[in-house]
Amino acid sequence: MNKEQVPQDQENLNEGKLAKLYYATDDKGHYVKVNSIGWEPETVAMQQAWEVVNDEVREAREKVIAGKASPLLYFIKKNIMTPSLVASYAGTISIIVRLHCRPFFFRRLSMRRLEKYAYTFRITVEELTDIERLKQHDH
Amino acid sequence: MTTNFTHKQSAHCESGVVSNLLRFHGMEFDEPMVFGIGSGLFFSYLPFIRINGIPTTAYRIWPGQIFKRFSNRIGIKIETKKFSSPAEAMLALDKMLDQGQPVGMLTSVFYLNYLPAAYRFHFNAHNIIVFGKENGHYLVSDPTMEYTTEISYEDLVRARFAKGMPEPSGRMYYPVKVPGEYAVEKAIWKGIRQTSDHMTRIPVPLVGAKGMKYLATRLRQWPRRLGDRKAIMWLGNVIRMQEEIGTGGAGFRFIHAAFLEQASVMLKNEKLFSLSQQLTKSGDDLRDFAYYAGRVCKNRKSDTKTFAELGDLLEACSQREQDIFSALYEVSKSNDL
Repeated sequence: MNKEQVPQDQENLNEGKLAKLYYATDDKGHYVKVNSIGWEPETVAMQQAWEVVNDEVREAREKVIAGKASPLLYFIKKNIMTPSLVASYAGTISIIVRLHCRPFFFRRLSMRRLEKYAYTFRITVEELTDIERLKQHDH
Repeated sequence: MTTNFTHKQSAHCESGVVSNLLRFHGMEFDEPMVFGIGSGLFFSYLPFIRINGIPTTAYRIWPGQIFKRFSNRIGIKIETKKFSSPAEAMLALDKMLDQGQPVGMLTSVFYLNYLPAAYRFHFNAHNIIVFGKENGHYLVSDPTMEYTTEISYEDLVRARFAKGMPEPSGRMYYPVKVPGEYAVEKAIWKGIRQTSDHMTRIPVPLVGAKGMKYLATRLRQWPRRLGDRKAIMWLGNVIRMQEEIGTGGAGFRFIHAAFLEQASVMLKNEKLFSLSQQLTKSGDDLRDFAYYAGRVCKNRKSDTKTFAELGDLLEACSQREQDIFSALYEVSKSNDL
């Protein structure tokens, strides 16, 4: 890639925080380092990966509001986690986390357990259990 | 407490951390040198190992290897520590910083909030250097960033003790002994030889240049086997592995070509420069592949014809890399000491 061709696509997901380093060649084929603010194909691929995540978060939110799942499911998806990953953070096993994703079991959780989950997601217990808040915000 | 530390941006985190740490200890190695001597370039497509249901594609060797190979070949003694308790891990870090020593460590990208949100998935093998502490915040040199930045105690603890695969377990490392004299030429030849050996001579169809060909044949069938949505998702994942943060463009091919160029100057070997130029061309083809794949993803249509064409592009790359790395193997064999 010639150094003149290093892409600088304005539409990117870097929030102005990041200009990645590329290795590109000068006219004689010698390498120089060039910064790039973004490249469309990469941005498209990344957006696509996030769409999958966002779809799952939306689905989970609807389930929670409909009473078919507990808020735990929503926060698992929101943090791009899986039940088994959450289990290793909260010191339990994945099947237990899956059970707690059901409202019936979630309602019966001890404060200690709720605190562990809340800590995992970096929120408070109130935020974890408050379904009303979920209904109001749609993110 | 700050140390006298110079940060230089790099494309890849592992080679960048090594390069920056060694500069502090008085050894100047540019990133491509570290990457090349550490034999960082590779290709593997492992359909039976899936992350979120998507087969893993890698354009590089697995995390940690570059560092290990490089320090073995140059003869640097590295101390690595892992911890069971976060408090202990942070205390050990503080102690090192008090002695004025910058420390490399493994972290999870998810908790590094100085990075743009879009990059923060649960990737647990990101390397950074912490080189100081100011007002309770740690000063961070993340090699993929242009400038140094900082992170809070709480976030750093979470990043160092993230769960999942692989678990960083608070791992930190720093050189304890750097050699006064070292045989850099021999190390370069070893790096070239191992990379080309792995790219061409492993008798498994899933890795090296053969792996690219295998991915090409599989990729052609994706629309028929998986349906539109999934085929496009899987393709998007290949692009991400090739072009997302840390690759320096074209799935590390440009970094390696830069290494070959630097090596040709150091070893006064013209052949290496011409092979570097060939690898640049091969990298350009991979960029084209990503460009057209990106268009497919953008239009969200996965007709078999375009996937067949993408497969052809990738197969051409595979053939080219097979030739380049075979030639490199021959050159390194005739020169290895």
